[in-house]
Amino acid sequence: MNMMVSAIGQGLLWAVLGVGLFLTFRILDFADMTVEGTFPLGAAICAAAINAGLSPLTATLLAFVVGSLAGLITGLLYTKGHIPILLAGILMMTACYSINLRIMGRANVSLMGKPTLFKNTFLQSLPQYFDSVFVGTAVMVVVTAIVIYFLQTSLGQGFIATGDNQTMARSLGINTDNMKMMGLMISNGLIAFGGALVAQNNGYADVNMGIGIIVIALASIIIGEVAFGDLTLNQRLVAVTLGSILYRFVLLIVLKLGFNANDLNLLSAIVLALCMMLPVFKQSFNLKHVLKRGLDTND
Amino acid sequence: MTEPLLQLKNVVVKVNRHTPEELQILNHLNLTINQGDFITVLGSNGAGKSTLFNAIGGDLAIDGGQIKLRGQEISRESVEKRTRFLSRVFQDPKLGTAPRMTVAENLLLAEKRGQHRGLLPRQLKRQLPRYRELTAAMHNGLDERLNTATGNLSGGQRQALSFLMATLERPELLLLDEHTAALDPKTSDALMTLTNQRVQEEKLTCLMITHHLEDALTYGNRLIVLHHGQVTYDVSGAEKQALTTERLYEFFKEIE
Repeated sequence: MNMMVSAIGQGLLWAVLGVGLFLTFRILDFADMTVEGTFPLGAAICAAAINAGLSPLTATLLAFVVGSLAGLITGLLYTKGHIPILLAGILMMTACYSINLRIMGRANVSLMGKPTLFKNTFLQSLPQYFDSVFVGTAVMVVVTAIVIYFLQTSLGQGFIATGDNQTMARSLGINTDNMKMMGLMISNGLIAFGGALVAQNNGYADVNMGIGIIVIALASIIIGEVAFGDLTLNQRLVAVTLGSILYRFVLLIVLKLGFNANDLNLLSAIVLALCMMLPVFKQSFNLKHVLKRGLDTND
Repeated sequence: MTEPLLQLKNVVVKVNRHTPEELQILNHLNLTINQGDFITVLGSNGAGKSTLFNAIGGDLAIDGGQIKLRGQEISRESVEKRTRFLSRVFQDPKLGTAPRMTVAENLLLAEKRGQHRGLLPRQLKRQLPRYRELTAAMHNGLDERLNTATGNLSGGQRQALSFLMATLERPELLLLDEHTAALDPKTSDALMTLTNQRVQEEKLTCLMITHHLEDALTYGNRLIVLHHGQVTYDVSGAEKQALTTERLYEFFKEIE
């Protein structure tokens, strides 16, 4: 039971990464590698700020701001510097590694004995792991609501149109470069925000905590889509959170099967690859079904 | 005398600049577009028709000359800024609409062409009755599919929608780049009739590239032929009405 609650809590806390990545991966329609750098960046900023005496809330919001600045730089490299987005993201991710070490001063910074978002009397009074369920739910309700509102505004519609058909967007007077930069800023802001949450929940920030982040974030998006099928845009955003929880359950099962935590990145990659290939499997399955039926009627 | 809407003076566009393959696609092109002109544009492949549109629209920077809107130089303005007075319909039905967004969402996007897009709710529902009326006038079933993603429409429906989107917020200048070429003859004719009707009713100023000599003769008050990046033929009014396809064929033979 405890394991289940823990999985739900982790799923909720990490779901913000899925929503952040959704904006670039699904709406702007490209894979932004920056997130592998902005996730530990958010953690580093938050840990450093808390250690410097800032309140946990300020530190978490600061992580969002710095994360979105990193997204802005990727956006500038991509739109104004004409560097392909994949490479622009990798450049920022690499640069962030050094920046994170500078911010923290060493590879790992502990938050032991420091105030965090999780250390207040109300959350401490909850049963074990329910603190992350509570914080995660609150965060996801607010973040999802804001993103849904944003996408339904005139600006948000211009943002969606940019990812959908750039030529058309430009011919309607939408500044597509600005839209891409804005998307990268919000996306990386949210990912850094997630990094800050996870660091506070774990009790430390680590320079290597960004490895495989894009796979985890993609997994919540893809698992959500595979599990719930045809949805409207708003429903899909909610499905990301559910996908993130389902992903944690998958990990739980995998660990129960006897794999250890070191195998998780490999297993995450396999789970994601299988989910992404599902449409292909379905198609070939249907084809066989149709062929078989065709033979049957001939007999 | 009223000021012309758009003037192109000695416009030069080159490709492969500073290489041995340098080519002038627009070669000191001069064109004056008057308010209310419906100009059909003819020319063989490579004559510079699409380049002319891209130069006016701002997709291509010009290497020389001037483009003036009501006497104001606009050749340094961005594509986005120029959409305040300009709208376009492309040849490829895929280019004119956002495939994952619904018909109504596309219309709403188009209605804000060239305007500020802010953080206020889009208020799509309020527009639906009006959009239904507008699309019903196209007589191609679009009004039944307002909430369908445009990616699921037929090419003809998409192109009709693109045209509607381009004229929804009245443009001062409408550029049609062979907008019926990708459609089957019947759908193409229907869209062409609709185009003509709309341009006449709204008294739009319009440039239309076409490869159909008959369309070029039937529609519009003025006809121009582009050749080697220049306007080599420019007729309007009664002179254009007297023109026949045979005469045009002869003219094309002469210039080749």
